Amino acid sequence: MDSTIIIEKSVIILVVFAITMLMAMYSTLAERKVAAWLQDRIGPNRAGKGGLLQPLADGLKLFSKEEFEPDTPNRFLFFVGPAVAMSTALMASAVIPWGDRLHLFGRDIILQAADIDVALLYVFGVISVGVYGIMIGGWASNNKFSLIGAIRAASQMVSYEVAMGLSIIALLMMTGTLSLREISAQQPGMHWNVFYQPLSFLIFLICAFAETNRTPFDLAECETELIGGYHTEYSSMKMGFYLFAEYANMFISSTILAVLFFGGYNYPGMAWAVENWGINLANVIGIAVLFVKICGFIFFYMWVRWTIPRFRYDQLMHLGWRILIPLSIINIIITGIVILRAEIAVYLGF
Amino acid sequence: MSIETISLSGRKKVVSNKEMTFWERMYLIAIVKGLLITIKHLFSRKVTIQYPEQVREMSPVYRGQHQLKRDELGRENCTACGLCALSCPAEAITMKAEERKADEKHLYREEKYASIYEINMLRCIFCGLCEEACPKDAIYLTNSKVLVPSSYEREDFIFGKDKLVMPLDVAMKNAQLKNAN
Repeated sequence: MDSTIIIEKSVIILVVFAITMLMAMYSTLAERKVAAWLQDRIGPNRAGKGGLLQPLADGLKLFSKEEFEPDTPNRFLFFVGPAVAMSTALMASAVIPWGDRLHLFGRDIILQAADIDVALLYVFGVISVGVYGIMIGGWASNNKFSLIGAIRAASQMVSYEVAMGLSIIALLMMTGTLSLREISAQQPGMHWNVFYQPLSFLIFLICAFAETNRTPFDLAECETELIGGYHTEYSSMKMGFYLFAEYANMFISSTILAVLFFGGYNYPGMAWAVENWGINLANVIGIAVLFVKICGFIFFYMWVRWTIPRFRYDQLMHLGWRILIPLSIINIIITGIVILRAEIAVYLGF
Repeated sequence: MSIETISLSGRKKVVSNKEMTFWERMYLIAIVKGLLITIKHLFSRKVTIQYPEQVREMSPVYRGQHQLKRDELGRENCTACGLCALSCPAEAITMKAEERKADEKHLYREEKYASIYEINMLRCIFCGLCEEACPKDAIYLTNSKVLVPSSYEREDFIFGKDKLVMPLDVAMKNAQLKNAN
């Protein structure tokens, strides 16, 4: 491996890290703004022009707040919890193809930190490690409400992980690969997977809401029953890390949704653009298009949050185990039949 | 007309416990409908009042802190009849009457006056019935922005004559204004 590839990958990793952080930061502002607009209010507009510096002000506040910790025997775990939540949220961005390729300095640069064949499995694995952050935090808080909140979050995540994995199987049967780059490349123009696998998309979307602990599935933080939830005992930036991790997760899951079902960096007329405008410009537009899709999904997350009330816990479990899992299995069967329709027709003697 | 059929608002509906249909149980249509309702609000007019720059106009019937008035000679109007205390639904007003001495004629208008006049601001609901009951035009609810200042002590919320009676210089100024007109 020559040194240029190391430099190239380091730059990509740094940029992706910075972008993830920036998106998470500004998601907090966007959440407040969208919440305000949907409720006929204006929202934060004091810090900076139109409230643009609000995330910085929030960060400054969180950093300068008093650090308060409970009398817990698991002091180390108490500190590890938010760190785990945060780092797992950031790790998933490593395998996402942000664009096809750029041709710079006489070499092709693949816009992805790591192009691995099992990218989708990696994302699933990393995201489900995120539950450790919540679980450790809730356990180490030495507070039964935190623990209940953490357990609820954990069982919810485990339940929805199953449906999510199953809903993806139908997509994998169609695409035949686990590499996110391959899946992106298979959806040129408007051949997005969402048109071929709408049910799979719907199930995946619902599960993504549950996995990121967003409303209507934010049972981990239910003020009426659980005070704050798993982060009741956290203060200052440790609390901030949990909130930040939620927004980073939201960004990552929006990206996965865009890549898997909405064509990633593809846009109608991309092949034409590559021919006429050159590979660089076409791909820069591709990156922009991907970010538009991501922002659309992030907005959708917020839109849903301020529309649908929180589910009850048994409703949540009912939906996960008794509706989504059977539905995704049915979806797998239908997809299988459609893929093998020629063979089946031969077998049945048509 | 029986009581069951009366509907003052005209929107009376009989509760039904009918089973939901399949599509209703799917909730997806209802969720989409809800999403459309919220997205409509994204584009509607915002009702925010940007406080320090923009101040909400008070209602013309706004009732702020009480004031015990003086007349144009600076004498207290209140004669301690107790009608305000009687009309007060929250029973916030207490007073003690005393007879006016000969050398106090410049202080009190009537022969009887309130030596102690207290309003418990923790009880007061600012209904204005005291103002309506007063036969001597003594008590008014002003339109001052400050209702009751916050405090840690319960005693601080019992407003005596020191906080309620109109300051003398204000009464003098009012009298001068009246004479000028």
